[in-house]
Amino acid sequence: MSRIIVVTSGKGGVGKTTTSAAMAMGFAKKGHKTAVIDFDVGLRNLDLILGCERRVVYDFVNIINGEATLNQALIKDKRCDKLFILPASQTRDKDALTLEGVGKVLNELKETFDYIICDSPAGIERGAHLAMYFADDAFIVTNPEVSSVRDSDRMLGILSSKSKRAENNETPIKEYLLLSRYNPKRVKLGEMLSVDDVQEILSLHLLGVIPESQAVLNASNSGIPVILDEASDAGQAYADIVNRYLGEDVPQRFINEEKKGLFGRLFKG
Amino acid sequence: MPKNSISSQENSAAFEFKSSIVTVPVIHLFNGDSIRFSEQLQEKVNLAPGFFKHSSVLIDLQDVEEQSIDLDAIVKIIQQASMLVIGIRSGSKEQQQAAKDLSLPLFDKHTETPVTNTTIPEAATLPTPAVCENLLITQPVRSGQRIYAKGDIIITAPVSPGAELLAEGNIHIYNVLRGRALAGVLGDESALIFCSNLQAELISIAGNYRISEDIDDTLRKSPVQIHLDQNALIIENI
Repeated sequence: MSRIIVVTSGKGGVGKTTTSAAMAMGFAKKGHKTAVIDFDVGLRNLDLILGCERRVVYDFVNIINGEATLNQALIKDKRCDKLFILPASQTRDKDALTLEGVGKVLNELKETFDYIICDSPAGIERGAHLAMYFADDAFIVTNPEVSSVRDSDRMLGILSSKSKRAENNETPIKEYLLLSRYNPKRVKLGEMLSVDDVQEILSLHLLGVIPESQAVLNASNSGIPVILDEASDAGQAYADIVNRYLGEDVPQRFINEEKKGLFGRLFKG
Repeated sequence: MPKNSISSQENSAAFEFKSSIVTVPVIHLFNGDSIRFSEQLQEKVNLAPGFFKHSSVLIDLQDVEEQSIDLDAIVKIIQQASMLVIGIRSGSKEQQQAAKDLSLPLFDKHTETPVTNTTIPEAATLPTPAVCENLLITQPVRSGQRIYAKGDIIITAPVSPGAELLAEGNIHIYNVLRGRALAGVLGDESALIFCSNLQAELISIAGNYRISEDIDDTLRKSPVQIHLDQNALIIENI
């Protein structure tokens, strides 16, 4: 059974695309055939994060308009042959996407892929609505600050009322919380909301915490999904999240400040 | 939306606009033959003269839209039968104009609200249609969601900031209330709000409201019962 997963947040800049790229690569590395779709038509970014921006020929809008086939537009990742990327169009806007068109593309992908990840644009308008409409699962990416939490809450409301599953009275979309840019030190100083604060407001199942990390920025700049940086904290956090989603029992990490050992103190100052 | 509680405390107002629903007999015209209409109406009235006396009636013109009718004559016949015409429903443009000339209000086909002087209440968007009068909600009510119930609303999950609960009856929240709760939205002053953890943005009963800033700090985050006492919202610890 293939699953359609939407990565969404409401607010912009919280790490949706980073998460989409990392999770897609994580699933693919585990041997699941995975497609990741950029729904941010007009503000294409996913191709950059995955480092395939120089291989884009056709895009999502071309397929919807019947100007290209799915196979022509899907870009196979060079590092993992189970990962395929469907880029957004940079020259169009969100109105180019139609409900029927998106539904058709997703149905076609469902025939051959195990996981289809929809990277939602920010906001709650057309692009974001279409990205989540057909979803089975939702990854809600939230930063530990009030405006991001409120926007996520709004998004959760939309997921539970305006998705295909909600409209057809089917089992609701399964929602998971991914708390990104988490910094235990700043939480301790009261500059950031804690995991508990966020969960109290959102009352959502926590899939994982991604620590605030220089590795994410480095990975984005070099077009390598951060999950491939196995030495980094953010990379490990995403690997944990992939395993947790796939049903493994992995304890939560990165929630509390790591105590530096004597050696750590000596060598890292 | 809530009216200002200060102005409602002044009892000097000369009148008040209220909407209400009344049942009115409707005469469905099948053709424009005023002589036959007159005869048949008289027969009906003779069956129960007391029943029809000074009764108000509405004329439905849906079946005679294509025909030419003398509305003036029809109205006179009805008046002679000691009934009062209070308006028409449906009808062609010409028929509606004739009604206007006779100063008769025009009622909408479906809603039966006068078209000429309508203020249709703002339609609430209902995420969950109210099947029964009371509404039980076990899922969190998210920011931006609006719940409306003709009876009571009972919620066991948290209500997020930016969410709105509107009940014609009472509101019970066995969890945190961070959004807005408006009970007795159609004016029921006996409506109550119960909440096991009050952090609301706004609470209102029958249009008398209080915003978050005006809620006493000692009552915040505590279980409360809210009722209306002479246009003043009373929040009590329970």
